[in-house]
Amino acid sequence: MHQALLSKRRLADFVSYLVSGHKLVAPVPLQDGHFKFDEVHSLDEISLKYIPTILPPKKYFMPQRSSLLRYDLSKIHEMEEIVELEQLVLFGVHTCDLAGIHCLNIVFSDHPKDPHYLARNNFITIIGLECNDYCDSSAGCAMLHTHLPKGGYDLFLTELSDSYYIHINTQKGEDMVDESSLFDDVTRAAEGELNLLRSRKRELFTSEVPIRYQDIPRLFEETFDSDVWSQLGEKCLSCGNCTAVCPTCFCFDIVDEPELDLSKGERLRVWDSCQNEAFATVAGGENFRRKRMDRQRHRFHRKFKYLMDRYGRLFCTGCGRCSRSCMAGINLKRTISALIEERG
Amino acid sequence: MAVETVRINNSGYRVKHGLLRRITPLTEHEKLFEIMLPEGESLDHDPGQFVQVSLFGVGEAPISICSSPTKREAFEICVRQSGRVTTAIHKLHEGDIVGIRGPFGIGFPVLPLEGNDVLLVAGGLGIAPLRSLINYIIDNRRDFGKVDILLGCRDPESMLFSSEIGHWQKRIDLNFCCSVDHAAPEWAGNVGVITSLIPGVNLHPLKTFVVVCGPPVMYRFVIEELLKKGIPERQIFLSLERHMKCGLGKCGHCQIDNIYCCQDGPVFSYQKLKNIKGAI
Ligand SMILES: Cc1cc2nc3c(=O)[nH]c(=O)nc-3n(C[C@H](O)[C@H](O)[C@H](O)COP(=O)(O)OP(=O)(O)OC[C@H]3O[C@@H](n4cnc5c(N)ncnc54)[C@H](O)[C@@H]3O)c2cc1C
Ligand code: SF4
Ligand code: FES
Repeated sequence: MHQALLSKRRLADFVSYLVSGHKLVAPVPLQDGHFKFDEVHSLDEISLKYIPTILPPKKYFMPQRSSLLRYDLSKIHEMEEIVELEQLVLFGVHTCDLAGIHCLNIVFSDHPKDPHYLARNNFITIIGLECNDYCDSSAGCAMLHTHLPKGGYDLFLTELSDSYYIHINTQKGEDMVDESSLFDDVTRAAEGELNLLRSRKRELFTSEVPIRYQDIPRLFEETFDSDVWSQLGEKCLSCGNCTAVCPTCFCFDIVDEPELDLSKGERLRVWDSCQNEAFATVAGGENFRRKRMDRQRHRFHRKFKYLMDRYGRLFCTGCGRCSRSCMAGINLKRTISALIEERG
Repeated sequence: MAVETVRINNSGYRVKHGLLRRITPLTEHEKLFEIMLPEGESLDHDPGQFVQVSLFGVGEAPISICSSPTKREAFEICVRQSGRVTTAIHKLHEGDIVGIRGPFGIGFPVLPLEGNDVLLVAGGLGIAPLRSLINYIIDNRRDFGKVDILLGCRDPESMLFSSEIGHWQKRIDLNFCCSVDHAAPEWAGNVGVITSLIPGVNLHPLKTFVVVCGPPVMYRFVIEELLKKGIPERQIFLSLERHMKCGLGKCGHCQIDNIYCCQDGPVFSYQKLKNIKGAI
């Protein structure tokens, strides 16, 4: 069985089933129309309609701070390579965020592999949730080809009129469906409804900026010296919000954190941002991206060109988080439009 | 349902214990450290590669290996005191232990150099990584053609490895030339920037490979002089200094365009770098 149906009135039971086995994490509302992924215990805490959470699910795969080594100087420099893990079920992940997790997986499984990151993968179960409509006007998922499910989940839910259509992608997903005994076989009517929904989506979701996915890297290559970059540089405050909320930004720093008696401690990986002025500064004071303009251009080029060269995919998921969170009003889709306009 | 701590094998972040066998002050700000790995294990590096040197509780710093791989029982690094980690390293004593990760990166192109003439250009602390190549060449001297070394530094007092340089100067199979930016009147050597030495070098451009190592500002001027001499772009190699944290092509600090200096470099040919915006 690769698909199943979950009647809407059984969703609460399914959530309870998930909670009984594991820590369950899902989108919950915050103030002012924002959302975050957080631990939940029942369906009524979960927002099934939500715009992308402030921080993406990245925070579970690559936490803001995570241990790499634990050392003990009293025992002749003894050390352990460690990772701190927790069994988690991530519920309600949108397709753009599934794409973000996929990007991180690619980076950390590229040689030299990062076993700290990879160890987490087995501990996290992912249940996706389809967006039947656009979340808001910051989204650019059609331009980035992330508006339809393309794997990266154990189970994937699509809301139909009185049930959820479930795509089962892994054995783990199948086991949940079997064990919970809440699911029905897919009906013809449900198939029909799903097909209709997808064809409606194909009409509704069209590239938000007039450019094709495969032409985006060239646009960035050809506009390296564009005025658009100096305009962004003038606005940007170098706060680093955009990189923190980005589902595919993975730059980090390595810092030691001694315990109070100084003999023991941990070496940690902590998020860092290429927008920080010191990010690329070397001893002697030379900084290779001294100006904000250089750093903004670097951020965009990492999304749309550099990592494409390296990993064969764009590292932007179109989630719109950077545009929503930028205090200076720097907007990703408007930036791409401005580059297109300037290039002509 | 609780957080578990899982042990990992072979994480790229494990450090080896390096015993500081000998510490030699070189100048006011630089010291030479001879380091031995447990059970005399060889670091097995290439000239031009670097290691991450760390002190638990303080942090890590990328430092070039400055000894030749032909010296196998221990390796050397030359550390300039410039901040937190490097100052803490300077405070250590013989017999203390540092953490070592690496060697990392792609070093100098030793094989293409063999059978050809070699011009080595070092500015300031750039002599440290080049010293690994110079001593490698000396230990395999027959495999190389004519060898010229140009060294530039601020003043005679800041010259690193001065006693070793004295030996290099006496060898008949190395041509060594040095220039300082400023010096007291009694200084007998050249005064002026390093670029002023290049026009005077007698070389066959097509069979000469050049390796340049120094502060970022030096590169543009040196390359200009080398190209004037007719050296092909693919025969000029540069070592790039970038902020480096992981050494594993992940943390993003050392990125220029689509390359990670820690893994794809730090040594690159000028042919490759000239088209990369922001590289030099
Ligand atoms: C490939 C490579 C080879 C190097 N080889 C040598 C060498 O042989 N000898 C030597 O003395 N130094 C070398 N350096 C420079 C050395 O890494 C820095 O001086 C050192 O990291 C500074 O760390 P700190 O904690 O002492 O300084 P901090 O207190 O952290 O800062 C002092 C200054 O150093 C810069 N800096 C900090 N961390 C790094 C980093 N990880 N990479 C680069 N710059 C940094 C800061 O931006 C600041 O300008 C090399 C650097 C690289 C990238
Ligand atoms: S969020 Fe906006 S202001 Fe802050 S660093 Fe990013 S682009 Fe600049
Ligand atoms: S030092 Fe981390 S990517 Fe190069």
